[in-house]
Amino acid sequence: MSDKINSPRSGFDRRAFLTGAAGTAVAIPLTARAGNETAQAPEAQDPAAPVQVTLRINGDSRTLALDARTTVLDALREHAGLTGSKKGCDHGQCGACTVLLDGQRVVSCLTLASAAEGREITTIEGLAEGGKLHPMQQAFIDQDAFQCGYCTPGQIMSAIACVREGHADSDDNIREYMSGNICRCAAYPNIVAAVKQAAPEILKG
Amino acid sequence: MRSFSYQRASDPQAALQALAVTAAATTPLTEASSQPLAGGTTLIDLMKLDVMRPERLVDINPLAGNWAQVDLDGGNLKLGALAHMSQVAGHAEVRQNYPVIADSLKLAASPQLRNMATLGGNVLQRTRCSYFRDVSYAECNKRNPGSGCAAMDGFNRMHAVLGTSHQCIATYPGDFAQALIALDAAIEITSKSGPRSMSFAEFHRAPGDTPAIETVLAPGELISGFAIDGRWPRSVYLKVRDRQSYEFALASAAVALDLQNGVINDARLALGGVATVPWRAREAEAVLKGQKLDDALAERAADAAFADARGRQHNAFKIALGKRVVAHALKKAIAMEI
Repeated sequence: MSDKINSPRSGFDRRAFLTGAAGTAVAIPLTARAGNETAQAPEAQDPAAPVQVTLRINGDSRTLALDARTTVLDALREHAGLTGSKKGCDHGQCGACTVLLDGQRVVSCLTLASAAEGREITTIEGLAEGGKLHPMQQAFIDQDAFQCGYCTPGQIMSAIACVREGHADSDDNIREYMSGNICRCAAYPNIVAAVKQAAPEILKG
Repeated sequence: MRSFSYQRASDPQAALQALAVTAAATTPLTEASSQPLAGGTTLIDLMKLDVMRPERLVDINPLAGNWAQVDLDGGNLKLGALAHMSQVAGHAEVRQNYPVIADSLKLAASPQLRNMATLGGNVLQRTRCSYFRDVSYAECNKRNPGSGCAAMDGFNRMHAVLGTSHQCIATYPGDFAQALIALDAAIEITSKSGPRSMSFAEFHRAPGDTPAIETVLAPGELISGFAIDGRWPRSVYLKVRDRQSYEFALASAAVALDLQNGVINDARLALGGVATVPWRAREAEAVLKGQKLDDALAERAADAAFADARGRQHNAFKIALGKRVVAHALKKAIAMEI
């Protein structure tokens, strides 16, 4: 009899499992559609047929076979294996799905993947460089700016944009320009502190 | 969401053609099977709710090259329909010369939505009436003509007190439109026969007997821009809501004044959050013209603005609130240092 309990990292890893499962799922339609690629006329599509959409995600090009209804959020999570962006309300009200599109923050749940073709999408996965966290990620940890963490990827993407837009110059402005990101744990004071901590470094860089 | 086909329009003619294909002249724009996609913040939301059910989306964002200008030209303002809310809200010259426009945009939605939503889409945004947005309610004359109105005897705290009809009491939810109507803006509409300009005040249609028809825009037509004559540096947009940010108005006021030696030479007033359409309060403007503003005059103007208001079970508070918003906005405009 063994008392050893596998740690999540060495044994079953929920994130790795989910990412792997998404990768497997997408492989099938891509292969199935490969022979029909030239039949996909850009105009007057059959609504039922998947469309080939090439997305620029964190500097990489990804060609995905998607239903026209697929949002950027679902393309990221369900097809590109990037589950960092979170689905909260799926109606543009909570901000959990915030990503940068050509550097500007948007809610990815109301952005169609087809409409994002040719534009640069930046997600939470694209922030760290060479194993070093982005200053805003580090600030969220330093300031304890989350509790459950579900809204955090959206908060961080929004916070980076807030700083770059020049709206992080006062507590009031940070609150106003972070109002599109709801935190149900109400970590708001610490989020303001994190934005203030990271702002000088982001503006310097 | 129901399935649809997506296509990108490379130029205005292609967009108009794609939108006109399946549009009968009698179909309300909101029911047309082809819908233009700009920011998508209303359309995709309502498609997810199954309130809107287009078969084809025509992505008009590629037209932004021609239709996204913010141009202060010789004392007039021209705004392209595909300019984003954030772009105009943060525009230094708009802020200086038309604070009512900049603030109406800045105080709406969230930063993310303002980066996505366009000015043209903004004036077409649809009501937040919860009975309209929830298809499990069978009764909605706007969504399903002739079915009745669940809001009349439902929870109607957010509903309109002005411009209502026996068919519909849904509030027009926008902010920017109040600034436009107050400043006598013109709206430019492009169709296959070319662009035409009309008064923005005639763009929205009160619900009357046909609440499904919200504007005069016909299927196969696109809004291409807005124009405002003159500058209005003494102008404010005041918005009162349940929370301080990222919320629709309970009551709002767009005010623009032209003062000469402290006397109100010209006054413009429009109301939001309280009416079924963008609401110009001309009776209140008449009370103000030629006068010096004091508390009594502000109160008389506010009373005039809401003289025809009719409250229902849960929204009668909007009449008292709306009057205070009007009076406060007038005092704010007077106190501005130009």
